[in-house]
Amino acid sequence: MKEIILNKLIEKLGDSQIEFSEFRNDLSILLKKEHLLDAALLLRNDEELKFDMCKDVTAIDWEKRKNRFTIIYHVYSFKNKFELRLKVNIDEADLAIASLSGIWKSAEWYERETFDMYGIRFISHPDLRRVYMPEEFEYYPLRKDFPLLGIPGSLPLPK
Amino acid sequence: MKKEINISNDEKLIKSLMSQAADVSIDDALENEMIINMGPQHPATHGVLRVVLRLDGETVISSVPELGYLHRGYEKMAENMSFIEFIPHTDRLDYTATMCNNVAYVLAVEKLIGIESPDRAQFIRMIAAELSRIAAHMIAIGTFAMDVGAVTMVMWTFREREKIQEIFDRIAGARFTTSYTRIGGVASDIDDFALKMIKEFLDQLTAGLNEMARLLNSNRIFLERLEGIGILSKEDAIAYGVTGPSLRASGVEYDIRRAKPYLFYNEMDFSIPTYNDGDCLARYHLRADEVKESVKILYQCLQKIPAGEIIANEPKKVLAHKTEVYSKMEELIHDFMIINKGINPPEGDIFFSAENPKGELGFYIVSNGTGYPWKMKIRSPSFCNLQVLPKLIKGHMISDVVAIIGSLDPVMGEADK
Amino acid sequence: MGLEAALTKDGFITTTIDALIAWARKSSVWPMPMGISCCAIEMIAAADPKYDISRFGSEVMRFSPRQSDLMIVAGTVTYKMAHVVRRIYDQMPDPKWVIAMGACTSTGGMYRSYSVVQGIDQFLPVDIYTAGCPPRPENLLNALMAIQEKISKTKARDFQNKARSGAGKI
Repeated sequence: MKEIILNKLIEKLGDSQIEFSEFRNDLSILLKKEHLLDAALLLRNDEELKFDMCKDVTAIDWEKRKNRFTIIYHVYSFKNKFELRLKVNIDEADLAIASLSGIWKSAEWYERETFDMYGIRFISHPDLRRVYMPEEFEYYPLRKDFPLLGIPGSLPLPK
Repeated sequence: MKKEINISNDEKLIKSLMSQAADVSIDDALENEMIINMGPQHPATHGVLRVVLRLDGETVISSVPELGYLHRGYEKMAENMSFIEFIPHTDRLDYTATMCNNVAYVLAVEKLIGIESPDRAQFIRMIAAELSRIAAHMIAIGTFAMDVGAVTMVMWTFREREKIQEIFDRIAGARFTTSYTRIGGVASDIDDFALKMIKEFLDQLTAGLNEMARLLNSNRIFLERLEGIGILSKEDAIAYGVTGPSLRASGVEYDIRRAKPYLFYNEMDFSIPTYNDGDCLARYHLRADEVKESVKILYQCLQKIPAGEIIANEPKKVLAHKTEVYSKMEELIHDFMIINKGINPPEGDIFFSAENPKGELGFYIVSNGTGYPWKMKIRSPSFCNLQVLPKLIKGHMISDVVAIIGSLDPVMGEADK
Repeated sequence: MGLEAALTKDGFITTTIDALIAWARKSSVWPMPMGISCCAIEMIAAADPKYDISRFGSEVMRFSPRQSDLMIVAGTVTYKMAHVVRRIYDQMPDPKWVIAMGACTSTGGMYRSYSVVQGIDQFLPVDIYTAGCPPRPENLLNALMAIQEKISKTKARDFQNKARSGAGKI
C-alpha cells in the first residue's frame, strides 16, 4: 500500500517534491505548500487510493526553527483500511495555506480550531472564525510564546 | 491601557448564520422570523453547547453551534506536564466513560515508547473499557429518552450505572474519575471478589435491559418523535468525519476494534451492529445493541483472563510498585529518574485511536526526546460529530433539535477540550 | 417529632415568624443545577434512586433560575462561561444561596491554565464549598445539609423585597 501511494504521488508531483518517513508503522509524507491541493485531490479522487475521511487537522509550533509551523493532516481510506499523515511546513512570514474544506468537509472545523490556536489563515475557507476562545481574544493560545497561565487582563470577568 | 474586550461579541456568528441560508425568504417575516439562542445553560443540550437558531415559525432554517464554553486548555497543559501526570486529565475528557479515555491514552503513550503491557493487564483494561462503554451508553440512552419525554428512563439507567460505579470503586478506589491505567499496565489488580461482582452484575443486566426495551421500543409517542428525524446519509457521515454509533447507524461498518485491533479484541467474538436508516431511532437502537455486545465481550473476558503481572517490567520507563521503591535501591533510583526527568521516549510522532462510546478518540503525540510531550493533539469524537449538527436540524422543528442533539450524544468536556 | 407532639397536646404552637419561615425555606430548597461538566454527572447521581436528593425536598431540579433558590455550580467555569453563570445568578430571586461543587469551582481545580477562572468566588458570592473531584454524591448531600443549617439561622427580615444594586439587570 505504501508503494502505491508513493508511486502515484511521485507520478503527479515529481520525484523531488515529496519526502516520506515511517515511525512505529505510521506513514508520514512531507509535501510542499503549493502541492497540497493537488495531492489532496489525488488522494481523495483516485479509485485505488480513495482516502475519503479526514480525521484530523492540526499544527505544530517548532518555536525556533526556520519554518516555524508544520501543519498535519490525518486522512483515512475505508477501502484500503489505511491511515496516512500529510505534513506541510510553513513559515511565520507567510502564515497562509490553502484550505482543504472543499475536499473533505470535516476539515472545516479542524481548520477553524487550528486558526484559533495558532493563527494560521486558511485561504478560501467558508467561515474562518474562532471556535474555542471568544471572538475578540487577541492572542493565539497554543503558540509556544503564549504562557500557560495566560496574559492577565486578556479575558474579562463579569462585573 | 488595554482595550476591554467584549466577551459576548456575536457579530461574526450572526453574519455566518444569515449567510448560510441567504436565499431563503420567509413569508410574513415580521411575524415568523426569529433568531433564538439555545443557550449554553439549557436542560437538554447535554452540557454547555450553544446553538443559535434562525427560525421560520417553529421550523429551523439555519443554525450555528458555538463551542468553547468548557475550553480548559488541555493541549497547552499537556505540553507542560509529563506523560504520567496527564493521566488524570484524560479522565475528564469524555466524563461519561472515564476508563475508556484512560485506556486510549496509555495505549498511545505505549505505542510511542514501544513497550507492551502484560496479558493480564490488557484483559483488565478491556474489562474496564467495556464496563465504561455500558455506563456511557446508559447515560446516553437515559438522557436521550428524558429529553424526548420518557423521564423514567433516567432513573432506571442510572440505577444500572450505580452498580458499575460500585465495581469501579472496588477495583480502582474511586467511583467516577478513576485514573486507573498506568503506562505499562494498570494501577492495581482485580481480586476474585470484584470478578464475582462483575459476573453478578452482568447476569442481572439483561433483565434490566429487557425491561427498558419493553418500556420504550413500541411506545407510539417515542417512535413518532424519532422515526425519520435527523437522517444522516452515508456519504455525509463519511465526508463530515463522523465516527462511532452515528456512523454505524448510517450504514458504514467501521469499528476500530475490528479495523485496527488493540488489546485483545481480535480474539473476542462479537459482532458490529449496523443500521441503514441513519435516523434518531436507528442511533438509539444501535446503542442498545452495543450494550448487549459489550456484555458478550465481558463474559468472554471473565473466562479468558490469565493470571500474571499487571505492570510491565521495564524499569526505565515504567514506575515500579511503591513497596519495592521503599525497600530496594535500584527501584528507588529508577523512580527518582522517571518522576523527575520523565520517561524520555524517542523523537517522533504517533497517532493512535481507540473506539470510545462516542466515536473515535485519537491522540497525536509529538515527542522531542524529553519527558514532556512537545505537542499533544486530542482528536475528540464529539467535536467532529457536532460538525454535522447544522445539516441535520435544517428543516426540522425546535423539539426535533433536542432529539437530534440527544441522539448525536455530544459530551462537551471532550468537544471543548 | 416535636411538632406533632405539640399539636396533639395543646393544639397550638408558639414560635417566631422567623423560625417558621426559615423551617419552610430549608425543607424545600429547590436547586438550580448549573451543570457544566463532570460534576454534573455526580449531581444527577445524587438525584438517582441510590442517593435520593428528594428526601431533602430538593428533587425539583428546576433549570429555570426564576423558580429556584439554590444554585449548584457543578463543573469547571471558564472565562467565557463565567458571564453566563453570573447572568443566571442575577436572574434568581432573593433569597438565594450558592454551592460551589468540586475543586474546579472552589479554586480552579487541576486546571491551572489560561481559560479557567481560578475559583468562582471571584465573581459570585459562595456559601458552601465542596471538596472532591468530583465530590461523591454523599458529599453533595452533606453540602445541602450545611445549607439547610445556614438557612435555619437566617431571619426572614433580612430578605426584604426592596430593589438592590444590580437587581435591574436581566
